[in-house]
Amino acid sequence: MKFSSRRGILVAAASAAVLALTACSGGAQPSGPGGASATGAGFTAWALTGGTSETTFKASFDEWNAAHSDAPVKAEFFANDAYKEKIRTAVGSGNAPTLIYSWAGGTLRDYVTNSNVIDLTGKLTTLEPRIVPSVLDTGKVNGKLYAVPNNNAQPVVLYGNKELFQKAGIAAAPQTFAELLDAVAKLKAAGVQTPIALAGQSVWPELMWLEYLTDRVGGPEAFTAVMEGKPDAWKDPAIVKALEMIQELVKAGAFGDKYGSVVADSGADVALVHTGKAGMLLQGAWVYGTFLTDAPDFVAAGKLGYTNFPSVEGGKGDAKNIVGNPANFWSVSATATPAQQESAIKYMNEFMFNDAYVDGLIKGGSVPVTTDAEAKIKASDQAEFLGFAYDMVKGAPSFQLSWDQALPSTQAQALLQNLSQVFLLTQTPQQFVDTMAAVK
Amino acid sequence: MSTNRGAGAQPGLRTGPSIWLAVPALSFFAAFALIPLLGAVALSFTHWDGLGTPTFAGVDNWTRILSDPVTQNAMKLTLMLTFATWLVQCPTSLLLGVFMAGKQRYREGFSILYFLPLLFSSAAIGIAYKALLDPNFGLGSALGIDALNRDWLGDPNLSMPTLVFVIAWSFVPFHSLLYMGAARQLPDSVFEAAKIDGAGRVATFFNMTVPMLRSTIITSSTLMIVGSLTYFDLIFVMTQGGPGNATRILPLDMYLRGFRSYDMGGAAVVGVILVVVGVAVSYSLNRLSGNAKMDSTLEGA
Repeated sequence: MKFSSRRGILVAAASAAVLALTACSGGAQPSGPGGASATGAGFTAWALTGGTSETTFKASFDEWNAAHSDAPVKAEFFANDAYKEKIRTAVGSGNAPTLIYSWAGGTLRDYVTNSNVIDLTGKLTTLEPRIVPSVLDTGKVNGKLYAVPNNNAQPVVLYGNKELFQKAGIAAAPQTFAELLDAVAKLKAAGVQTPIALAGQSVWPELMWLEYLTDRVGGPEAFTAVMEGKPDAWKDPAIVKALEMIQELVKAGAFGDKYGSVVADSGADVALVHTGKAGMLLQGAWVYGTFLTDAPDFVAAGKLGYTNFPSVEGGKGDAKNIVGNPANFWSVSATATPAQQESAIKYMNEFMFNDAYVDGLIKGGSVPVTTDAEAKIKASDQAEFLGFAYDMVKGAPSFQLSWDQALPSTQAQALLQNLSQVFLLTQTPQQFVDTMAAVK
Repeated sequence: MSTNRGAGAQPGLRTGPSIWLAVPALSFFAAFALIPLLGAVALSFTHWDGLGTPTFAGVDNWTRILSDPVTQNAMKLTLMLTFATWLVQCPTSLLLGVFMAGKQRYREGFSILYFLPLLFSSAAIGIAYKALLDPNFGLGSALGIDALNRDWLGDPNLSMPTLVFVIAWSFVPFHSLLYMGAARQLPDSVFEAAKIDGAGRVATFFNMTVPMLRSTIITSSTLMIVGSLTYFDLIFVMTQGGPGNATRILPLDMYLRGFRSYDMGGAAVVGVILVVVGVAVSYSLNRLSGNAKMDSTLEGA
């Protein structure tokens, strides 16, 4: 009796394990309606908390709900890192929301390969022509449209504290790498402990330095080769040179000695600049909104400077090239019901980037990715910064997607880990490129 | 009552309660521990990125993970962390526990204070310490003490000791409580006899209290050592395994592989290693100490 009951347990455990395994292959089996909480033609959307995007999305969804009470949208907002982990599991297990928020790039390619999102080509006839073509292209995979931009262009900008510049005797924002090093030295001499704020714990802001320096030294081709998976693309001399320049900055004390604890999600790097503890900051255009909300007086007094990333003497890259995120994107889940997909597409056609939407983004200090944004930007209170960012995007010969978004996730994670060690001086540029070249 | 009936039905075969009483607990254990465990073992032999369907990979994941310097470093760090947390926590909580066992009023007051960290969730402790230790806006700049303005969590040499400290801060209260309970049960008569024989406080502590608390020391050490294999929440909140890989211990390695790199097969390998090591460690600790026999330590009473 004892024996048979033990065997019974084993059999039960084994059969349950088989069940659990088959459940793992969620992507391959037909699954229930996406976003279980929405019914009928109502659909769901997941996006990120914070910033102008969240308020704009909310206002826009409210507007839709008021007009379509029969097909309401249910939106949920998550923090950045938490979202990236949650959405992958949700999509993989067939529980994705109808509208999936993303950065396009490697993740979108994964979704398309696994048929998790639907082809939107030809379905957004009202919306498509209003969006800046180069940004719209980011949402295409193999020439088909799978994701549409939903907010603002996010080029990476070099910010500066003009007050500290004046104190340190720096006449103008650095235009070359040599001038940047010189500004660092002058700021240090003037008693600024952290000449350039850097959110080292978040790591991805460190990537912006590598992206820009690689571009300035070797042009956008260096990273394009990595994207195309060319052998030894990581060992490009431009990337090695950029890493050496990063270590040169670290050794010169450009980032101070406490950058390893600074976190970007809490806006600590921005705070360092507006509290006068740091002279410069390389960050996305989206932190302008953080400056506006956290230190309105600082911005109003004209103490915030901004410029394009400095050029490198003898480098191949155009100083007008930019890196960053062209925008964030909506994709439509393949597991949503046809009625839900239809409502979502109708929403995108009729309500996205309407007047209130564009105005909301501009008011919050963001550059909408629509073709009609220019006139509205000129008329806004933030005309100066937004005009600068808009021209920057419009005049850029190349707008490179952030590497951690562009690459497949395995490589992206290895890239961040190893780059962080380069900034800590525990890995040499040569070790970095060798390690990255070995990552499959 | 059911015990009696069971014993009556099969005289001389079984004296304990019916085995069926274990079924509810066992079925929960099977559903939430054993089956997922088998799932993880199976997953460790597949390639899966979280989307799509897992594909069979043979032992590829195992050879890849075991030869990966990142995982090897994680194993080294886990060992270091286990040893360091034990070295810090065991003596501290033993001393505190024995101190708290005294019946004086002020000691009871202290006990309540020491107990407080147990009431906070690990995530809250992590967030609070992260803010306090911030070199730019933390405790150091608030109080104007420059010595506190170090890059505690961002310097690869400082981050691990800092974590050991914070972990000790949050877990020492629990272990002190174990020691306090055990120390209060020690018979007064033995200590009175020692006093009459002229033993001082230090001698009494080392020659009598510590040996008599042997079982508690083993229990508490097992909890510390096995627990340190699974530390995740505090470290994830405070450093996310960084700077670089300086605090990427095995549980973090597993999580980051699975949910950042979307390498579920590799993450499952690390998970299975953790289970095997954890079970082996707690089993051997029990065997080595003879604790499995559950002997009473109150022979002197």
